[in-house]
Amino acid sequence: MESRPLRVALRVWVALVLAFLFIPILLIVAYAFNRSNIESWPMSGLSVHWFAVAWHDPQVRAAFWLSVRVGIFATVLALLLGTAVAYALYQFRFFGREAISFLLVLPIALPGIITGIALNSFFSFTGVQFGTLTIVAGHATFCIVVVFNNLIARLRRTPGSLAEASMDLGARGWQTLRYVTLPLSATALVSGALLAFALSFDEVIVTVFTAGAQNTLPLWIFGAIRLGQQLPEVNAVVTIVILLTVVPVVLAARIAGAGTVTRSARNV
Amino acid sequence: MTQAAAPAPTAKTRYRRHSVSAALWRRPWARATLLLTPPLAWFVLIYLASLVILLVTAFWQINPFTTNVERVWSLSNFTTIFTSPAYLTIIGRTVGMAAAVTVVDAVVAFPFAYYMARVASPRTRTALFVAILLPLWASYLAKVYSWLVIFTHNGILDWSLSRAGLGQVHLIYSNWAVFTVFCYLWLPFMILPVYAALERVHQSQLEASQDLGARTWRTARLVLLPLALPGIAAGSIFTFSLTLGDYITPLLVGGTSANFIGNVIYTNVGIANNLPFAAAMALVPVIIMAIYLACARALGAFEAV
Repeated sequence: MESRPLRVALRVWVALVLAFLFIPILLIVAYAFNRSNIESWPMSGLSVHWFAVAWHDPQVRAAFWLSVRVGIFATVLALLLGTAVAYALYQFRFFGREAISFLLVLPIALPGIITGIALNSFFSFTGVQFGTLTIVAGHATFCIVVVFNNLIARLRRTPGSLAEASMDLGARGWQTLRYVTLPLSATALVSGALLAFALSFDEVIVTVFTAGAQNTLPLWIFGAIRLGQQLPEVNAVVTIVILLTVVPVVLAARIAGAGTVTRSARNV
Repeated sequence: MTQAAAPAPTAKTRYRRHSVSAALWRRPWARATLLLTPPLAWFVLIYLASLVILLVTAFWQINPFTTNVERVWSLSNFTTIFTSPAYLTIIGRTVGMAAAVTVVDAVVAFPFAYYMARVASPRTRTALFVAILLPLWASYLAKVYSWLVIFTHNGILDWSLSRAGLGQVHLIYSNWAVFTVFCYLWLPFMILPVYAALERVHQSQLEASQDLGARTWRTARLVLLPLALPGIAAGSIFTFSLTLGDYITPLLVGGTSANFIGNVIYTNVGIANNLPFAAAMALVPVIIMAIYLACARALGAFEAV
């Protein structure tokens, strides 16, 4: 249907959009290796000095480990709860089933700030101390849907006859789960977990409202940018965060197919 | 004899274990309850409870002298929001920004998604798919920050413009900067659903249109665009909702006039410490999104994702 000029125009457009999408990210990675502490262009020279500075900064270290801890806890919680709800919704038809899947999507369908301030009001109201636990609670709430989406999509594509065959051969419920259902959905679970971790590790909009005095790595970056301080260090830290969010996603796409990575479109 | 005695308890426990599994198997409702209770408890006791408390808090006030929250019902927060020109301007600016970002992203995304779905070879398509996913997932703050670096004084934008002999533009700390960054941030969220919608269009539908004498543009306008509309609507849910709720981008790249709904909420939780007012303001994007989702549903957005 496309004429030659139209094809050429489309190609040019695609190239421009790709440049628009990638130049900022590549630029920030390049600046992380900047020798100077002024962010003018062109850069004055290359060095890994700022990575060393970031590595030895106790605040950055503390924030990094907090983010890792929170990411792991939130991922484990999301895995347990998301898996349970996915199996339940897949196996059973009952009244309110639609309402449950709607409820699960709500934390990523509503603007992040709503989830943030709602949790903030909740913790203030109930008198829960803001800290690691409240951050984890916030992250798990929107990570559940990522695990859920990945798993339910896989379950729907898995023929139910496989589980039936297993039971015809004498396997009991747990055995079928252990030897048939779980192995069939293992890659979906792993990719869901990787995505949940990436989502948690980078989250800032909700975390601002649930962290109290604690600093996760994104909160440290946010504070540093706002104050305009330690910007060369920010470049290095931000590059590491890009790596730690992109690598799990690439892995997840490798393990379970690129399609799974989009279904759980993230809420930043 | 000892050998014979040993298996007996094992068999017994095994029997008991089987009976648990069998009992659960015979009673699907028991299994469903077992599976659903923890996640539902989490969502109802934490998330839904939070939303309810948010809703309730919006009708409370703060004591202006003690800055304590007073649990007295009133509509005063909402009266303030909907009668004050300042807040109405902020709401208008936010919705206008969300609409502008949505339109620009749709226009930018459509040809890209079209190329991906209908022109590119399967290999190129996969490569483009990955090329959209990487910026989609790459750290949010990193992306916002990179634009700060681009816009900065004597940064790469100034340098390129002066190289091209175009003088300087001062985009940093303006609503134009906020607009650019929003368009950048949410573009992948628009491309993917539009791509999904265009991929599903049958070649025969386009051929039929051309057999009936329609030229390329006519086919695009009268056949392709309506078929892609659910995808655009689905993408616009993301671009619209994400813009409505963002306060970090305006805070970092916007200027003093970059005041959006999210910033009002953020300031009232943090600095002003007026949680009831922040809660009332937070209901504004919820209401806007509810209206928006109803419209998107009418356009078939939910079948597209």
